[in-house]
This record gives sequence, structure tokens and C-alpha cells, in this order.
Amino acid sequence: MNFTLHIWRQECANAKGHFETYKIENISPDCSFLEMLDILNEQLITGSTPHSPLLTPHSPISHPVCFDNDCREGICGMCGLYINGRPHGNDDGITTCQLHMRKFKDGDDIWIEPWRAKAFPVIRDLVVDRSAFDKIIQAGGYISTTTGGVPDANTIPVPKHAADEAMDAASCIGCGACVAACKNASAMLFVGAKVCHLALLPQGQVEAADRAKKMVAKMDELGFGSCTNTYACEAECPKLIKRQNISMLNRQWISALLGRDKK
Amino acid sequence: MNLDSKIPSGPLAEKWTNYKASQKLVNPANKRKLDIIVVGTGLAGASAAASFGAMGFNVDIFCIQDSPRRAHSIAAQGGINAAKNYQNDGDSVERLFRDTIKGGDYRAREANVYRLAEVSGAIIDQCVAQGVPFARDYGGLLDNRSFGGAQVSRTFYAKGQTGQQLLLGAYGALSREIARGTVKLHTRSEMMDLVVVDGRARGIIVRNLVTGDLERYAAHAVVLATGGYGNLYYLSTNAMNSNGSAAWICHRRGAAFANPCYVQIHPTCIPVHGDYQSKLTLMSESLRNDGRIWVPKKKEDAEAIRAGKLKPTEIPEENRDYYLERRYPAFGNLVPRDVASRAAKERCDAGYGVGTGYAVYLDFADAIQRLGKDVVEQKYGNLFQMYQKITDENPYETPMMIYPAIHYTMGGLWVDYELQTTIPGLFAAGEANFSDHGANRLGASALMQGLADGYFVLPYTMQNYLADQINVGKISSTLPEFDEAENNVKQRLERLLSTSNLSPLTSRQKSVDHFHKALGKIMWEYCGMARNTESLTKAKQLVKELEDEFWKSVFIPGSANEFNPELEKACRLEDYFELAQLVIDDAMHREESCGGHFRTEHQTEDGETLRDDEHFMYVAAWEYHGHGQPETMEKEPLVYEHIKIANRNYK
Repeated sequence: MNFTLHIWRQECANAKGHFETYKIENISPDCSFLEMLDILNEQLITGSTPHSPLLTPHSPISHPVCFDNDCREGICGMCGLYINGRPHGNDDGITTCQLHMRKFKDGDDIWIEPWRAKAFPVIRDLVVDRSAFDKIIQAGGYISTTTGGVPDANTIPVPKHAADEAMDAASCIGCGACVAACKNASAMLFVGAKVCHLALLPQGQVEAADRAKKMVAKMDELGFGSCTNTYACEAECPKLIKRQNISMLNRQWISALLGRDKK
Repeated sequence: MNLDSKIPSGPLAEKWTNYKASQKLVNPANKRKLDIIVVGTGLAGASAAASFGAMGFNVDIFCIQDSPRRAHSIAAQGGINAAKNYQNDGDSVERLFRDTIKGGDYRAREANVYRLAEVSGAIIDQCVAQGVPFARDYGGLLDNRSFGGAQVSRTFYAKGQTGQQLLLGAYGALSREIARGTVKLHTRSEMMDLVVVDGRARGIIVRNLVTGDLERYAAHAVVLATGGYGNLYYLSTNAMNSNGSAAWICHRRGAAFANPCYVQIHPTCIPVHGDYQSKLTLMSESLRNDGRIWVPKKKEDAEAIRAGKLKPTEIPEENRDYYLERRYPAFGNLVPRDVASRAAKERCDAGYGVGTGYAVYLDFADAIQRLGKDVVEQKYGNLFQMYQKITDENPYETPMMIYPAIHYTMGGLWVDYELQTTIPGLFAAGEANFSDHGANRLGASALMQGLADGYFVLPYTMQNYLADQINVGKISSTLPEFDEAENNVKQRLERLLSTSNLSPLTSRQKSVDHFHKALGKIMWEYCGMARNTESLTKAKQLVKELEDEFWKSVFIPGSANEFNPELEKACRLEDYFELAQLVIDDAMHREESCGGHFRTEHQTEDGETLRDDEHFMYVAAWEYHGHGQPETMEKEPLVYEHIKIANRNYK
């Protein structure tokens, strides 16, 4: 298959970015999207790009395209490209690394951009800084335990439906697609998933109110926007995290504000 | 080298208790004066750092990804073993210990493995307290499944995402300590050198992967938890950024490297299909609970399938060869990984393979009929979805195709009972060390070991080491040893980048990946699932030639002072060339077959591994003597006082 790629190139956080166009040929439909970018980079490095005679090896645009990736099986959350206007591309319930070229038509133009959000500044090309997510978790996205001194695992029965729902919420991979999909770059789905995962379990209920308050406050502080209630986040989530997590987050947060906890 | 394993005295079951009762401790006021560096944020690193932080030490933790939650532990699918005996099926610490020693083909240290089994239960308690959403039954209690090499159900799981949930638990604990200020987090930071002062590990040199700056960090002790070196083979189930460099750097600085030839090949991975492929995806071992592995009984059927003229579903039951059930009736599809992998290779080499010829079927038709599609979906839904996305085939309707792939490395930095390497003050945890799995790791034991090391072993042994460090004072990062190490890194980066100064670009130049793929092919072909003197001799020669070519024609774009993934890859590949030589040498010297190490010269009549306990019942610990110099090996004899040595028999 042959494609025309329009890729966002930006040398560093402070540089002005732009789209660069590349042609790529003879791509197998079984090739994954990131493997297709590997092939492009191989051609940029060795100077064998078919239709880019302007590229010389040491010019900045012939520097391989930088993109984050790691596990390449949809679980680490490292990869994340905005492809033809959709986070992780045109398929449901997948990350970018799970997108395959068979999902495109031969001869397609493909536009590839980084996540666009104030809270996720660009580092280089398609790589963004998502440390804001770590900071939100540090604000309270855990159960306060220290190593040792905990009861036997089976002393706290958890109803199966609660455990299953908690598992569904906990399957968030922290990729940031929800933020990228949202017009307001809101992180409500990410925060909601963590708050719900822990609030659904008896172990997590002790700190639930405090957790919701602190995580939402941190999210606001870091420049994420408010929820639009359009649920673009749910539509684009590679792990199919449900919008009900946002409703539950709102409930948790409001009851925290109404003073159910002492702080 | 000092290979004193420091195994405590006393009966096996009391060794760890005795150790804890008599070890040295550090009081709370003194803990605040002591700094610890942890490299790696996977299960071992994150759990160790969180525990150290909670105890009151000052911790700096480093990862190469943008967040600690990305570490490759996250990709572990199936589960974590623990001797809880919640199923009342005869499990016990002793049983888990024996299964692990046997699974490792009697090449692991008894005392370490016993301790691992002993603390396994506490890991589950810890994870549940953190909110890990393990699978539960309708009564609300924890559910279990079975894994290879065991006849009990002791594996705890969270759908097919157990590693993810355990890592997020440890990441939560780590995040709490970061918020409390006891742990400082450094992301997108790669360890480039180890700083040794007066024979003790005292710090590291780190490259900031965003700016390219070299940074110095000093501490009283360093913990390496950077995983294994499976990516030496290029195609593996490891993440793209997983690498062996941090461990190799420590080896260069004097830490012994043990049993490098013990590499685990996982039987159930999606087969190789093209040259552009960047990784192999694992299909969890848990699938072998319900899936049945087979190839056609008749060669002509296999040929027709490969030619696309026949579908697997069209082959009647009597013409299918369920070769694992046939060869190993007692364990059937749940034999250990090395056994299952070799059996698949045997069938494919004999001409019965499907797909490209290097694949076998993993069939769920029986399970779907027995349990219903819903139950199968509930148990394995995410794995089936993953398979379908990659292959475009529906495993509910047609059997999955699988083939073995490089998955895990049992070899690693040599450590004693305290998880300390041969460099005092340098500890290694998780897959980065060699300690617990012998020549083959059982499924669901990697997660157990990573968390055991981090939560329940290092917090004790580290105190024993640091107890006499309380008067040393803050370690300065301006010591000459830091200058030397930083210069060493600078020169190394310059040397790599200088290969690319040719301008204009000549057609001779090739990318780092080009060489990495070539290295992987050599290793897989000649030092993979089956090895012999001839293949290893050839591998050694080919690796040497490839390394020479690398230095002549690799092209690394950009500079050292910027975000430059190609330069990162080049550094790691440079280390792999040396590591490959050591893996080959170790495989060559071990004239026996055991676990994942299969020498074709040493096999039984039925093609099973043939150990030589008289000559090889030891850990091979290698010492580095400079680039291109042969390494020397010292032996740590393995003494089995408790367990009766037997032939591994899964029939």
C-alpha cells in the first residue's frame, strides 16, 4: 500500500511546529501504524525516502520522526498519536500501536499530530510531556498503605460486581487520549477512572472523599479544562472506560464538598 | 570475585526468619541521613522505592519512560503465584518452593527460592490492601487459576492484565511517597554509568533524555531494577525500550554476570510474519488452562493448510495431533514453558507447522463448547481482542496460531542472599538479577519475584548493608570518580556520533535498527531454542563481523544534546554486542541441557533435556576484563540440602 503522510514536526518545546509531507510505498496491510513509521524513519536515516529528494541527511527535517512508544501491545500507554483527527486513529478500543495499516485505503493521505493540550506540552515532533497525569495521581490517586502490616487478603470480601467494576475503571492506561479528544482538554475521564476504581473497593472508601477533592483540585491547577459533557473521551478511550466514571467522580466530589469528611 | 552467597545457617524453613532476627537495623533518625538510588520503576523498582521511602530513607528513582507506570511489568498478563492454598488443593510454601526449583531444572539457589515462596502470600495481602482488583468469586473471595509447571491453582489474576494492576498498585504506593517527599522521581532519564568509590557503589551518571544533559546522582547504595536483556534478540515480547544496558554497565564496572545463557522462550506468542515487524506479542500462558495445542497429524494436511487450501476447522478430531497431551499426559498443555516451546519447534521442524510453517494451533473450540462463549470471553476477552486486532482473525471461530518467542532472561547480575551484587552497595532486584528461577522460570513467578524483592527482601537486607554507613555522611557528586564516570559517558557518546560524520551520506550507511535486527537474527538462529558447538561457534564469528560492520557504517543522526532516540538505541546496541558474546560463551561452556538452555548434543532419546549434575550443578558467574577480552568464569556451587534432586518429569 502507498500513503502520503503529513506529519507534525517540531524541534523542541519552544520551536514553531509545522506539517511535513512524506510519501511512503509498499507497506504491507499487516504492518502496524508504528511499524509504518519505523519504515519511514529507516528511510529518513538512510536517505532512501522515495519521494523526498529535498531531504539531505543532516537537515532537521530528515531527522527521524520522534514518537513515544514502548510495549507495542496496547497496555503501557506510552504511544499516542492523533491520526486523521482521532486519538489513536480510526478504530475502536485500541492504542496507536494496535492500529494496523489494513484499516486505511491504498493511496490515503494520513495526518499525524501529537496530543494537543495545554497540560501536555510538546517535547519533540509527536512526543508530549504527560507528567501532569503523574502529578494528579500523586495528589491522592492511591490507597495509603505502607509495606507490611496489612490484613490477610481474604479478610475483606469484595462483591464480585464491585470488583469487576473496579477492574474496568482500573484498566485505564494513562495514555491521554481522553484529554486529546476533549475540546476543553479535560482530564475528567482519567481522574474519574482512578477515583472510581478505588471508591468501589472497601479498602479505598476510607479516603474516597478526600481523594476526589484533591485530585480534582490538582487537575484544575495543572491546566486541564472542564468537562464538556460531550463524552468524546469515552468514544476515544482505548480501554473503553465508561463516562459513568465521570458521574461517579462528580458525586464523590460534591459529597466531599458538602462536608461529609471533616476537612 | 567474591561469590559468597551469604546463605544464613539453620534449616531451610528457618533461614529467612533467622536472618531477620539477627540482621542489623538502622534507626529512624539515621534513615533520614541515608540516600538510596533505585534505577527502574517496574514491580521490583517501584515496590522497593516505595518501601524505602515509607521506612524513612531518601530515595531517588529513575525511569527511561515518561512515567513510572509504563515499565514493562505492566505487560504481564496472566497472573502472580502465591502459596495461599485458598483453593484447598494441597498447596503450601514447600510445594511452591519445590515446583519452582523443579521448574528451574535444579539450577536455582535453594535458600532464595524458599524465601520467595515464603513471602509470596504477603504479596497478595499487600496488593489487595493497595486496591489491586484481583478476580473474585461470587462470595467476594479471591479466585485462582492454574499455570504451567503446577498441579494446584495458586495463580491470582486481574483479567488478563495482572501485571498492569500490580504495577499500578506499586505505582500508587510510589506516588504516595513522592507526594510525601521521601522519593524523588526522575523520568525520561537513562542510567549511563555506575560510580564506584573505594569499592562501593556510590552513584550513577544519568542522561536526561529530553535535553541530553548528563547528570550526577550520589547515594549510599544503588538498587538496579532494570529488567532483563531479552531484546538482545530484537524480536521478543519485551517492550521496545526494555534493554540490558544498565546491568551491563554494572558488569563493566565489576559486577559479576550470572548464567547469561538462560533465556526463556515463551511458547505462546503471535508468530513472526514480516521483516518490518518490531515485536512479538505474547498470548498469556493462562490461555493454556482452556486452550488445546495441536498440529495436523498428517503432513499433507499441514501442507494444504500452509497453501491456504484447507482450514483448521475442517480437520477432523482424529487427524489432529495434540502433541503436548500425547507426550506429557500428566501435565498436558500445562507443561513448563521451555518444554512446550521445544515441543512446538520439534513439530514445525518435522514439517507439521501451520501458517508460515512456524506456527501451531491453540484451539478454544472445546472450551467454548464446555463453558460457553460468554465464560471464555469473560476470562480471556482482552487477549482475544488483542489477537484479533493483530492478525485480523477471530479466535472464537478459528484456532489461534502461536509460536515460541524470546520472553524473559533468567540470567542477570549475580547477587547473594541479600540481593547484593559483587560490588558492595550495588543491589539487583527483579529480572535484572539471576537469583530465583534457575534455568527456566515458571509462569506467574516473575511478578511474584519482582514484588518479593522490592516489598519484602530489600527493605530488610538494605538495612543490614546501610547500618554501618550512618557515619559516612552525604556522598559528594564532585568526587573524582564522578568526573571519571561522566567523562567516560561523554567520550562514549562522541565515539558513537563520530561514526556518522561522513558527509554527504553514502549508501553504505545503515540505521541502528538494521544492525539490531541482524544481531537478533544471528542470536535466534544460532543461540536460540536449540544450540550446539557448531552453531555457537558460528554465532560468535557472525556477531564479531556484525560489530565491525556496525562501527564502519552505522548512521546516528543528530547530536548528544537533544532528544535523540537513535542515539539511545545505538548505546544499547553497543552493549548488546558485548552481551551477545557472553551469552554465546556461557552457552558454549555449559555442556549440558537444562531448562531454557538446550544443547542438541545433550538430550535423551525422546528429545528431553539431559542435565549433567556431576559437572554443571553450579551458577556460572562471569567477570569482565575489557572490550574484546575474553571473560573469566567462577563457579558458585549449588548445594541442595533440602530437596531431592530428580529428573524433571512432566509425563
